[in-house]
This record gives sequence, structure tokens and C-alpha cells, in this order.
Amino acid sequence: MTPSSSGEKIPFWRDDRYVRIAVQAIVVLILIVIFGFFSGNMSRNLQQQGRQFNFSFLLQGAGFNIGETIIPYETNSPYYWAFVVSLVNTLRLIFVGFIATTVIGVVAGIASFSNNWLLRKLNLIYVEVVRNTPLLLQLYVWYFAIFFGFSDKGNIAQLPGSVLVSKKGIVIPWSNGSPIAWVSVAMLLIGAIAAFFIWRRRIKLMEEQGASGQREFIALVSLGVVGLLLFLFGLGWEFPKIAASGNVEGGLRMSLEYGSMLAGLAFYTGAFIAEIVRAGIQSVSKGQWEAAKALGLQPASSMRLVVFPQAMRVIIPSLSSQYMNLAKNSSLALAIGYPDIFATSQTSLNQTGRAVEVILLIMAVYLTISLVISVIMNLLNQTVQFRER
Amino acid sequence: MTTAPPSITSSRPPADQVGAIAWLRKNLFNSWFNSLLTVILGLLLVRSLYGFLSWATTTAKWAVIPANLPLFFVGRYPVAQYWRIWVIISLLAVLSGLSWGILSRNMAKLFDRNILIAFGIAAAIAVLAPTPVPFRILLVGVLGLVLASSWMGRIVGRRMPQLGQWLSLGWGLSLLVVWWLIAGGIGLPGVKTNDWGGLLLTMFMSVSSILLCFPLGILLALGRQSSLPALRWISITFIEVIRGVPLITLLFVGAYMVPLFLPPGIRFNQLLLAVISLTLFSAAYLAENVRGGLQSVPRGQTEAANALGLNSVLATILIVLPQALKVSIPTIVGQFISLVQDTTLVGLLGAFEMLGISRSVLANPAFIGRYAEVYLFIGAIYWILCYAMSLGSRRLEKQLNTTH
Repeated sequence: MTPSSSGEKIPFWRDDRYVRIAVQAIVVLILIVIFGFFSGNMSRNLQQQGRQFNFSFLLQGAGFNIGETIIPYETNSPYYWAFVVSLVNTLRLIFVGFIATTVIGVVAGIASFSNNWLLRKLNLIYVEVVRNTPLLLQLYVWYFAIFFGFSDKGNIAQLPGSVLVSKKGIVIPWSNGSPIAWVSVAMLLIGAIAAFFIWRRRIKLMEEQGASGQREFIALVSLGVVGLLLFLFGLGWEFPKIAASGNVEGGLRMSLEYGSMLAGLAFYTGAFIAEIVRAGIQSVSKGQWEAAKALGLQPASSMRLVVFPQAMRVIIPSLSSQYMNLAKNSSLALAIGYPDIFATSQTSLNQTGRAVEVILLIMAVYLTISLVISVIMNLLNQTVQFRER
Repeated sequence: MTTAPPSITSSRPPADQVGAIAWLRKNLFNSWFNSLLTVILGLLLVRSLYGFLSWATTTAKWAVIPANLPLFFVGRYPVAQYWRIWVIISLLAVLSGLSWGILSRNMAKLFDRNILIAFGIAAAIAVLAPTPVPFRILLVGVLGLVLASSWMGRIVGRRMPQLGQWLSLGWGLSLLVVWWLIAGGIGLPGVKTNDWGGLLLTMFMSVSSILLCFPLGILLALGRQSSLPALRWISITFIEVIRGVPLITLLFVGAYMVPLFLPPGIRFNQLLLAVISLTLFSAAYLAENVRGGLQSVPRGQTEAANALGLNSVLATILIVLPQALKVSIPTIVGQFISLVQDTTLVGLLGAFEMLGISRSVLANPAFIGRYAEVYLFIGAIYWILCYAMSLGSRRLEKQLNTTH
């Protein structure tokens, strides 16, 4: 133990260059050993069961039924088709869920700034109850306690807004799908695009030429009136009715499973989004509100034109992880029997016994969904960020 | 000597700015839109409250709750061994009372009004609980134990302030004792994990996953920030893969794939596999929360620590991590709350945690269709658990807040 002098060489275990390489080598080595142990065991185990690791089972006939399908599916369709059909079910749930949860979350987030005491308190109760109870329990409540409770003993329950609930599903008013309705949809779309351009032109004229924007305003209002009329009368709304046979006729039918999943996911994620929106709005400094007020803007306009666009910068990144959570939580459909991709893969796993293949497949599917969401949200994020000079 | 205070003649506020009517006008009816909103919301609220109350008092059959109370709390734990659960509860009561007393020894009042009200409510619930009389006496006794030991902790803590450092050791030891009491073993008849259930199993899974995922999450976060490429890439891959898939797939990996990975003849306990899956899952999320905290610590802190002669490991442990963890307390506790909620998914694989046992209660022909009653009851328990955690996190944040 001689005190080290400057001329002496540092022992290699204290030399940073060696230590860095050694630590990494040891970690990688440990991982390789663990993986080798696992895969060795796996191949031995599979050999014992007389099986090989491959995906050829996907071409065999599935032989089970899928409760709800949009695209054609038969019991003897191959496994890969069963996966595709149920993936469509998952995507259908996720996509509608995104829209519903965004609306719920943004409304609830803004409602927490309302100066109406009752609204604020109800909003607080909603957020605190939903965030502090498990999602799975909430799904059970929606499915067993609420939807099955309403349709108790084969009755058909009538909810406000002419929504009918029975054991066979939830029926909501919907377009009758006649040619006129499709024409109306097309016209609504064209009108919306036209309105968007007129609105941009109005802002541009007002900013650059100091125009009053009156003409464009009138055009927008008349477009809105036409749109409203088209929406009310052109779409051929069909209200579900209880026919003489006791069945429900007309309207759009959703299965109870789909309805419960949608409601459960949308309200659960909505509560988290509400908190994100609230935090985002709070992050905008008070001076922005005051400046907007000083410019003569009404509170609603200040929120829409000044505060919300700035809050979006804080909101969007966290929103993306909530959307991913919703997509991943859709796998709980298994619990209440909605035939999503996870339920199908569980059935396939039980039938074929190919645990490794099926689980790898399902992980790949969810990873892809998460990746797509994150790419889209990143693109969206870029559009709302500061464009600095 | 005494100077008369300058007389301030304060006029009373105008009558229309104080009192109930002014409050109503300010908070509920300050514009036509708000008035409309208030009326609509009020009608909806009254309507649904009326509907709920009439359901709760007439249609609902609450008998399902008291009849299955032991199932909800401890599952199929053998009745002859219930005393072990009571010992655990008393042990935890004494420990938490002592910690509370010692930690708040310098406060002027130990029991402020809110705490006394909370204890009053808890005592009322304990007295009125629909359980056999001995259990009620025990419950009240536990409450008394908390109060007494907090008083003791305060007195002892004032005499020996260094006692606070031994508290964490006490908690650590108590974990071992609790484990021994639940599972049995040395000197006690063993209880198989299949017989654990209800709230006991939920708490067991939550606490063990929280304890295990905390260090793992910190290691992963440090790995992701590390300058060593191999460690960084391993951490990133692990975190992103786990965060990209639902928890239920990980539970399936544990249940179906892990048996294939092990040498023939070795079988893991299902509960252990579930706890491992929960741990790995929340460690990945925790790592991201801690990373946020790590990024918020200025670089100067590491450099200052290095300048003082700390090597990089010590600088991380002593300087960077404490600051990073303090910043990320809210998100970490949020992650723990969702971990408690995620234990319900283990029920889908056949475990009898609180939601799983409620499914088997509802499958009993005597209680068929009593969904709303059972779900309200266990929902309330989950709510209390999770809300208490978020309250605790807010308190902790306040205590550790050193900014001015």
C-alpha cells in the first residue's frame, strides 16, 4: 500500500476506460447467459411436446365463432383471418374511443374552470371517483350493473335521447343510409371545407387589410344554417322503435359488450385527460388572460384564441400517452366478452397450445398500435409547438 | 404608555354581497347561461340521487355484503388462523401510530380537528360494522392502539430525537414478520397462496410489487441516462417494449410462456409470477417518471459533487437521486396508485383478489344479480385506498418542499 505518485500507473480496476468496457461486457454476458438458458429450455420443452416454433398454425381453420364482426367471418376461416377480424373490432373500439374520450376529457377539463359551483363540484366528483377506482371494476359496473341492470328480465329500457337498451344491445338514433342521406353527408363535408377556407380568408383579410369581415361572416352564418338544416333533415334520422313483435327496429345497434367497453374506456381515460387539460390551462400564465382582457376579448374568446392554443403545447405530449393507455386498456375487453384481438388470441392459445407464437404476435400487434399512435401524435405535436424565428 | 389604536371605521359590506343569497348569486346564477346550467344540473342531480336512494332502500339487497365480509377481506384464509391477521393489523397500527407520533413530535397539537373527525367516523364505522361483536371490539381496539402509540411516540420521540432513524428499520423488520404471519412456516401452520384472497391478497400484491419495482425502476432510469451504450440500449428496449404492450399480455407471458422457459419439473408459484409481471410492468413506467426527475436536476449538481471528490456512483446516490425523487413524488405515487388498481387484472387469471373474489361471490346462486351492491362496496374500498395514497403524497410533497 504505497501512496500513489503521479508517475505510477493507475491499477486497471480504477481506470475509467477499462471499467466502462468491463461493466458493459459483464451486463451483456449475463443477458446472453439468461437468454441462452431460457431458449435452451424452451426448445427442449417444445421438443418434448413434439412441437416446433413456427407460425404455420395461422393457416389452419380456427373453428371458433366471433360474436361480432364487420367483415365476413365463418367458423372455419383460418386463424390469421380470425386475428384480422378481431383486430378490426379492436380498432373500431379504439378509434371511436379516442373521439369520445377527447370530447369528455376536454369538456371536463374546461368545466373545472367554470364559475358555476355546482358544475365544478360535479366535475371534481367525476374525476376523483373515476381515477381512484380500477378500470376493470368500472367495466364490470357498466356491463353488469348498468347495461344489464337496465335491460333486466328481457325488458327494453328507454333512456333519454331515444336510446333503447335491451339484452340484444344498445340502439341509438342513426341515419337510414338512403342515397339522399349520403348526398347530404357529402354536402356537409364540402360545406365544412368551404367554411374552413372562408374563415381563414376572413382572418387574413381582417389582419392584413383591417377589413370588417362582415361579408365573410354572413357567408359563414348562412353556411351554418344550411348545414344545420341538412344535418337535421337531410340525413334521414331514424329513431329506434319497439315494433309489434317486441323487437327494436331502426337505428344503429351496438352490442352491450361494445357499448360497455366504449363507455368504460371513454369515461376512464376522459378523467385523466381532464386533469391534463386542466394542468395545461393552468400552465398558461395569468398575464395572458389579462392581456387578452385588455385587448377587449370576452372570456370565452380569450380561452379559445389566446389560452387554449398555448395550453395545447403542454397538453399534446401527455395526451399521446393517454391515447396509448386507452389502446392498451382495450385488451380488457377479454373480461366482458367483447371479441377483440386479445380475446381471440386467448382462444387461439387455448386451442392450439402455441403460447410463444400467439403471445409474440399479440405483443407485436400492440407495439405497432402504440408506435402508430406515437408517430401521429408527434406529427400533431410539431404543428402546435412554438414556431420560433 | 398605551397608545390608542387608530380607529378604523369599517362599514359593513353591502347586504347584497354577503350571505347565502349573495353566494348563490355569485356562484350559481351569475349569468343566464350559468343559471340554465345550474337548473339543468340540479334537476339531473336530484333525479339521479332520488333514483339511487330509492334503489338503495328498496330494490337493493345489501345482505350480500355482511354475509361475505370475510371473503372480501381475506378470501379463503382459514378461519382458525384469523388471529394472525389481527396480529398483523395491530402491529401495523402500533408502527404507524409510533411513526406518526415521532415524526410530528414538534407539532403543537398532535390531534387537530380534522384528524379527530376522521377517527370519530372510523370508530363509528367500527362500532356499526355488520360483523360479530368480538370483531367490532377488536376494530375499536386497533383504533385505540393507533392513538395510544402515537401519543407514546410523541413523548418518546421528544426525549430521544435520534429514534426517527430507527423507524425505517422497524418497518423493514415488520415486513418480514408480516410475511411470516401470512404465509406461516417456522412454528406456524403454513397457509397456501391459493387460500389468500380478498383485500389481503390485493394489499400483498400491491405492497410487494411497489417495494420491488421501486429500486428496479430507479436502476432502469439511471440506465437510460447512462453514458454506457450497452446499458442505455438495454434499458431503452426494456422500457419501451413493456410500455408498448398491455399489462395483461405480461401476465399471460408469466402464466403461459415462463413455464416453457424453465427446466422441466420446475414450476413457479402463480402468485409469484403475477407479482413479477406487475413489478416489471410498473418498473418500466416508474423509470420514465424518475427520468423526468433526473432531467430536472441541473448538471451543476453533479459537477459540484465531483468537485467535492465524490465519484460518479456516490454523486448519483447522495446528490442527484434525492433531488430527482423529490421532484417526481407526485408521478411516482400516481404510478403506485395505478399499480394497486392493476392488481385487479390478476383476477382475470384466476386469483381471488378483491375483484376476483367478488366474481365468485356473484356466482353463488344465493346472490346472483347483486352486481351493483357488491361493486359499490369494493369500489368504495379501492377508492379509500387510492385516495389515501394521493392524500399521503400531497402531504409528503408539502413536507419535503424546500423552495421558498
